[in-house]
Amino acid sequence: MDTGIDPATGVQALFFYLFSGVLLGSGFMVIAARNPVHSVLFLILSFVNAAGLFMLLGAEFLALILIVVYVGAVAVLFLFVVMMLDVDFAALRQGFLTYLPVGSVVAVVLVSELLVVLGGLGFSPTVEVTPNAPAPEPGEVSNTVALGRLLYTRFVYFFQVAGLILLVAMVGAIVLTLRHKEGVKRQSIAAQVARTPATAIEVRRVEPGRGI
Amino acid sequence: MGGFFSTYVLPVIVMAAWSVLLLVILLVFVAFILYGDRKIWAAVQMRRGPNVVGPWGLLQSFADLLKFVFKEPIIPSGANKGVYLLAPLIASGLALAAWAVVPFDVGWVIADINVGILYIFAISSLSVYGIIMGGWASNSKYPFLGALRSAAQMVSYEVSIGFVIITVLLVVGSLNLTDIVLAQGEGIGTSVGLPSSLLDWHWLALLPMFVVFFISALAETNRPPFDLPEAESELVAGFAVEYSSTPFLLFYLGEMVAVVLMCALATILFLGGWLPPLAVAPFTWVPGIVWFVLKVILVFVMFALVKAIVPRYRYDQLMRLGWKVFLPLSLVMVVVVSGFLMATGQA
Amino acid sequence: MTGFDLTLILPEILLGGGVLVLLLIGVFGGEKATQAVTISTLAFLAAAAVGVLGLPGPATTFDGAFVVDPFARLMKLLVLTGSAIALIMSVSHARRERFERFEYPLLILSATLGMMMMISANDLISLYVGLELQSLSIYVLAAIQRDSVRSTEAGLKYFVLGALASGMLLYGASLIYGFTGQTSFQAIAAAMADGEPGIGLVFGVVFLLAGLAFKVAAVPFHMWTPDVYEGAPTPVTAFLAAAPKIAAMALLARVTMDALAPIGLEWRQIVVFLAIGSMVLGAFAAIGQSNIKRLMAYSSIGHVGYALVGLAAGTQVGLQGVIIYLIIYMAMTLGAFAVILSMRRHNVALENIEDLAGLSRTNPTMAFVLAMIMFSLAGIPPLAGFFGKFFVFMAAIEAGLFVLAVIGVLASVVGAYYYLRIVKVMYFDEPVAAFDRTPSELRAVMLLSGAFTLLFIVFAGPVSQVAQAAAQTFF
Repeated sequence: MDTGIDPATGVQALFFYLFSGVLLGSGFMVIAARNPVHSVLFLILSFVNAAGLFMLLGAEFLALILIVVYVGAVAVLFLFVVMMLDVDFAALRQGFLTYLPVGSVVAVVLVSELLVVLGGLGFSPTVEVTPNAPAPEPGEVSNTVALGRLLYTRFVYFFQVAGLILLVAMVGAIVLTLRHKEGVKRQSIAAQVARTPATAIEVRRVEPGRGI
Repeated sequence: MGGFFSTYVLPVIVMAAWSVLLLVILLVFVAFILYGDRKIWAAVQMRRGPNVVGPWGLLQSFADLLKFVFKEPIIPSGANKGVYLLAPLIASGLALAAWAVVPFDVGWVIADINVGILYIFAISSLSVYGIIMGGWASNSKYPFLGALRSAAQMVSYEVSIGFVIITVLLVVGSLNLTDIVLAQGEGIGTSVGLPSSLLDWHWLALLPMFVVFFISALAETNRPPFDLPEAESELVAGFAVEYSSTPFLLFYLGEMVAVVLMCALATILFLGGWLPPLAVAPFTWVPGIVWFVLKVILVFVMFALVKAIVPRYRYDQLMRLGWKVFLPLSLVMVVVVSGFLMATGQA
Repeated sequence: MTGFDLTLILPEILLGGGVLVLLLIGVFGGEKATQAVTISTLAFLAAAAVGVLGLPGPATTFDGAFVVDPFARLMKLLVLTGSAIALIMSVSHARRERFERFEYPLLILSATLGMMMMISANDLISLYVGLELQSLSIYVLAAIQRDSVRSTEAGLKYFVLGALASGMLLYGASLIYGFTGQTSFQAIAAAMADGEPGIGLVFGVVFLLAGLAFKVAAVPFHMWTPDVYEGAPTPVTAFLAAAPKIAAMALLARVTMDALAPIGLEWRQIVVFLAIGSMVLGAFAAIGQSNIKRLMAYSSIGHVGYALVGLAAGTQVGLQGVIIYLIIYMAMTLGAFAVILSMRRHNVALENIEDLAGLSRTNPTMAFVLAMIMFSLAGIPPLAGFFGKFFVFMAAIEAGLFVLAVIGVLASVVGAYYYLRIVKVMYFDEPVAAFDRTPSELRAVMLLSGAFTLLFIVFAGPVSQVAQAAAQTFF
């Protein structure tokens, strides 16, 4: 039976629709779920599916980094905070209906703008699009290597500045939150280890019937 | 149609068959690993350990399995039912999924992907969700505290594990697990003219990193002395307090599979995988899988001994060790190793 | 490995290395190291300035992501000067208000580094990273007095709105990248010149300009300014009013003159709108203010409007006007803030205009300097501020933007009211008790600024020549 579809693209398409379908569904659930913790869990599900889409594109490094960074670290802290805060979203949504008219006007404006943009692209692609950084030939190097090569040569300036931004963010967080409380007992392991019987024990001769 | 079958359907079936086979072997292995764990623990404390079910108690784990399965699963009325039941599935499912890329010998791997080590790292970073979800969905104090502890602990130690993996990757120059093992065929030993031997494996060249990895693996899998998420004396059983029957079994299973995975990872990264300890006649006759399994067992025995010997860390000490000792140490090692590689022109 | 010319970014490398080294010194030295870190920060800024002077002629590095030209050199010198003076002015205040910590000079240093990168940005990505480095440092600086509710509120407000603005800017940048396939300014210009700009591209430009307008605090993206200026510790406000504004204006000028040159008609419309809004709002909203920091906030919004008039002209003369305006604005602002910082009585900082009452009798020098600065801010000849306005309005008229120029002049007439009110309070109201002794560094800044505004007429020639040389970069 010849359906005219290359089986390879067929299988790929199957997975594409699977991932993007779940992605959209869970993305919708992020805003629709009543329980904030469920929202975050759906967010995580959508991250994982986005990683799946990256995989399909052959960008396995990006896919796995997405999981390690966003799902493994960022979302965990997110979940942490949401669980601890115990936000009552039902209460937050109380005024939802009163804002609905304004919100829908904004939404309509945004959607129509988007349509105009897309239409403009579809009808008059006037500006010639040229890729900025041509990707290396597929099959030549794995995309992890290719990424690394670009990152540390052509984009090294951006890469370094991004690192500096993160450093400043860290300094900022520490400046604004770290407080050294006075009068708190702290464990000093070096001091503990450095103790000897001479500094720790005092030998006394106790007179019978006297006590110390 | 025939082309479609042989190109797409058949490989899927073959892969599924392999996966099932691996799964069965792995689970049986875990059963005996558990038994071994308890025996070693008992031996250190001069007890007998399990000795009733089967010869020398060998079938103890299977008895436990049956007992778990046939008990009634209890779901607390205040629990968030969906998440509550999903959590153990995620915990055990993820732990098993990581095995897809573990090579037992040359070519003995279900999916030989380019970024195998990254895949394992990603999966193990996900495994924290099983615990957090379980702890939260139980709607109870102790599980929640346990879940929070575990989340913070796993995220902290993942950082140093990540850096350890990076140092290994720098030395090997590949993210493929098979390449990582094969790269250990030559090293310090061969550079002075010896045949390929255990001196070439990374454990010697990257000794500090091996130690960091071993300890971080303990913390990452919530093994003693870092079993704070389920510290009995403080939290009863931590995130698993409300769980019973099969869901609890799945949690327990996931934990043990993750432990064995960490042993396998230590074997691959630092102990030369399936390579024989000395590449000369009698040793090379033994199939690679045997060496691999022996090394995994060796690492696990170390895990079990640590559990039996070392007292539990306090939580602040655990965090201190992770962030103030391991993180700087592994960072420095990344710099030193890459500097060394650049200086000797191996990069 | 491709070799990049690192000599071009030597000043930036110096500052970046400075951040790292001083961070280590500060962390290991603790409280005691604060003074050393402050002094070394000044040394690094000075060294960077020397480095900027020695930079070679127009050239780019990192595949065109980073550009050094006369415009960049002049702007970097201005920013370095502004940061250094703001840092000097903060020393005594920080000590008295107890936020004397080594991170303070460090964050000023990193913000300055971000500004230098913004000025040299020749690519959408370097634009963004520079901007973000600068903004992030300033968010923290605004909240650095963390036990003060107002300071934390200012930091938080600035952060939330700034993040929103960054989001808009990124959205615009991604649209521009999507429609042109390029991130480098020249390549974007080339791609735009090829054909009619699609509506999507214009959307991108609008969002990009909106993000940048937020950073220069132009209406309608000015909402944060009064609250942040009022809430942030005064030396931070001084820094905020002087240096980042110059960097953001320089960035705006480079984006519009370079990347968006082929669609001049489109972006000039936007800039005209921003300019009119800022001038008018700056003039009217300041009238009712009683807090002098808030007043300075509205004043700065107005002045950004005037500077944008020059940019709206889109000509070399216009850009020259912008540069001259920025130089003068920085000098005046720093002087005004030096006075505000000296407003202390019994070791309590004062911020209300009434507190200046009768200053002409209690401290005639300070009153005179502030009066000169206020006259100059109002744009009264022959003080410096007049020349700034003169240049931009002339450029606008030359470019045919008569309405804009007329509105500008009218707005400055309205603005003169509240500047002169301060003079009136100082000279004609009944005196209250005298201020505490002014620290010598503040007095020096005050006198320098006063001298600059008074004597600008003497060296107006050389300054405009320098500005002309810098403006020539784009034409």
